Amino acid sequence: MPQIFHRSFNTISRLTIFGSLFVLAGIFWAGNVYVRSDYVTGVGEARDQPVPFSHQHHVAGLGIDCRYCHTTVESSAFAGIPPTRTCINCHQQIWAKSPMLEVVRESWRTDESIPWRRVHNLADFAYFDHSIHVKKGMGCATCHGPVHQMPLTWQHASLHMEWCLECHRHPERHIRPRDEIFNMEWVPPRDGGKLAAKLIDEYQVRSTKTDCSTCHR
Amino acid sequence: MQPPRPANGSGTSTPVLAPGHTFGSITDKISSIVLARKTTRGWMLGLAVSFALVMVLFASLGYLIVRGTGIWGINAPVMWGFAIVNFVWWIGIGHAGTLISAILLLLKQPWRTSINRFAEAMTLFAVACAGIFPLMHMGRPWFFYWLTPYPNTMGLQPQFRSPLVWDVFAVTTYLLVSLMFWYVGLIPDMATLRDRAKNRAAQIVFGFLAMGWRGSAKHWFRYEQAYLLLAGLATPLVVSVHTVVSFDFAVAILPGWHTTIFPPYFVAGAIFSGFAMVLTLSIPIRSIYGLQDFITLRHLDNMAKIILATGMLVSYGYAMEGFMAWYGGNEFEQYVALNRLFGPYAPVYWLLLACNVISPQIFWFKRFRQSIPVLFVVSLIVNVGMWLERFIIVVTSLHRDYLPSSWDMYYPTFWDWATYIGTIGLFVCLLFLFVRFLPMISIFEMRALQSEVQGKEQTT
Repeated sequence: MPQIFHRSFNTISRLTIFGSLFVLAGIFWAGNVYVRSDYVTGVGEARDQPVPFSHQHHVAGLGIDCRYCHTTVESSAFAGIPPTRTCINCHQQIWAKSPMLEVVRESWRTDESIPWRRVHNLADFAYFDHSIHVKKGMGCATCHGPVHQMPLTWQHASLHMEWCLECHRHPERHIRPRDEIFNMEWVPPRDGGKLAAKLIDEYQVRSTKTDCSTCHR
Repeated sequence: MQPPRPANGSGTSTPVLAPGHTFGSITDKISSIVLARKTTRGWMLGLAVSFALVMVLFASLGYLIVRGTGIWGINAPVMWGFAIVNFVWWIGIGHAGTLISAILLLLKQPWRTSINRFAEAMTLFAVACAGIFPLMHMGRPWFFYWLTPYPNTMGLQPQFRSPLVWDVFAVTTYLLVSLMFWYVGLIPDMATLRDRAKNRAAQIVFGFLAMGWRGSAKHWFRYEQAYLLLAGLATPLVVSVHTVVSFDFAVAILPGWHTTIFPPYFVAGAIFSGFAMVLTLSIPIRSIYGLQDFITLRHLDNMAKIILATGMLVSYGYAMEGFMAWYGGNEFEQYVALNRLFGPYAPVYWLLLACNVISPQIFWFKRFRQSIPVLFVVSLIVNVGMWLERFIIVVTSLHRDYLPSSWDMYYPTFWDWATYIGTIGLFVCLLFLFVRFLPMISIFEMRALQSEVQGKEQTT
């Protein structure tokens, strides 16, 4: 009886069967890398804005406090995008004729908001409140990164749920004293563990922070 | 020295293989169904009807994906409804295949040989139908992979304390082991078909599936080892899979569900319904394809006995549920028992008792165990009865629990029925394809059985 398959089929079938394991593992690995890549999350991508607002200049250069513009960060869920009036406070005097700021002046004249493009867009099914994080000793830089070094603002963290949970499960790695919240350059002291334990106790950081309904209400 | 046993392995007169068969006649008979037999009009008609039902299934699933699970009758408090009823029913049906192929193999029961192949196929197709329901019941089935533990961006693992997660593992293990068992058993027969096939396409397809089988002593040695190992793997699954399915209910604290009798009671029910389904299928198949020599009255008789035995176990389960409701003194449990007997779903419950408790009793009589029409009708009744049982378990406990203010009725919608009937269509359609394109009886095992029967005839 003639052979149906060529001899080489022995090798080919062994290769494909064992090879498929590696191919599947590779696809799985690539998928995992892909969903965490900056390409998907948008981390590190400086957003173009209608006015090229520089946090680097205003925070590091001029020393303006975060709360001068983001006024509700300590009292409400939303930190607050400043109204055009906040810009005009200074810019009616400084750079008042700069063509770069024409959009700001136009907004002031017409009473239309400046169409800022949002950088941090958390999914709508996740409830987030700035005020409670500030109250419990979370610094701005913990989530937003070194904003004082950003000429145009970019997203610092992936905003994946695993990123939220890393801190909710281990707040001792990130907690800081309340009076250092707005300090962009704060680093934990050498024996940070002791301080963190003290702060967790003092600020009453409770175990309910990993309940589903804490964020998905 | 043991006394020599009769050739058929027990005292009854009907053999497991009709006399007068040789190796050649067995191989001819089974392989010709696949290779030589013309595609008949009856087969085409059956396939067409069942394929139309598969289209009904696809249509209802498509509509479900577009509109969401609201098209089903489920709502608070009965959130489970048909999806879970059908899931448990289908999974249960699959169990007979595994029992026949694994446990009866380890127990060296010669009568398993001619029915194990299509019973295993039945298992696979039943699990495929079963899997559709929990998947679609999730509401967003495209996120099914969230059920598995993998390093996801949510930083979460499935809740391993939940029996619903155990269920995922139990059912996928069951599917994989059944698939491997079935396929490994098919390999030598694939080689037979490859060697007997006349046309090139069939040679290539069967040759591919035979994976280079040459029938050497080494091949047979490895085959026997692998098959026994798989049988060992599959044996605990006969008990464990439906045990885990019963945990979906028993671990919950709902009256009527929270009982320790559920695991054995579910396993007995699964084997009960599974054997009924094997009977339902084997009776038409053996007469259509003229396989009365291979699937003899002895097989049907044995299966009827198993149905009787497991039917008694299931009846014991019903009795114990009632007894414990009274003896336990818990008023909620008592109410569930009374609600089943006299509540709004009482007709379903009485019908279930008639189907599952009364109808199998007819198998106490050998005359009925060997009567084809009686076997066929009772097997259908048992299938219906076991479906009703799952309906009663799922619906009566949910629709009236502790809090009367949240009581409500559950009624299936058109789409519930369409999906259910669609899966029956899928099951039948796959079976039609199976009997046409694969050897529905294990050729080489029948040859081994033949030599065993003949050898014993010569010694006695």
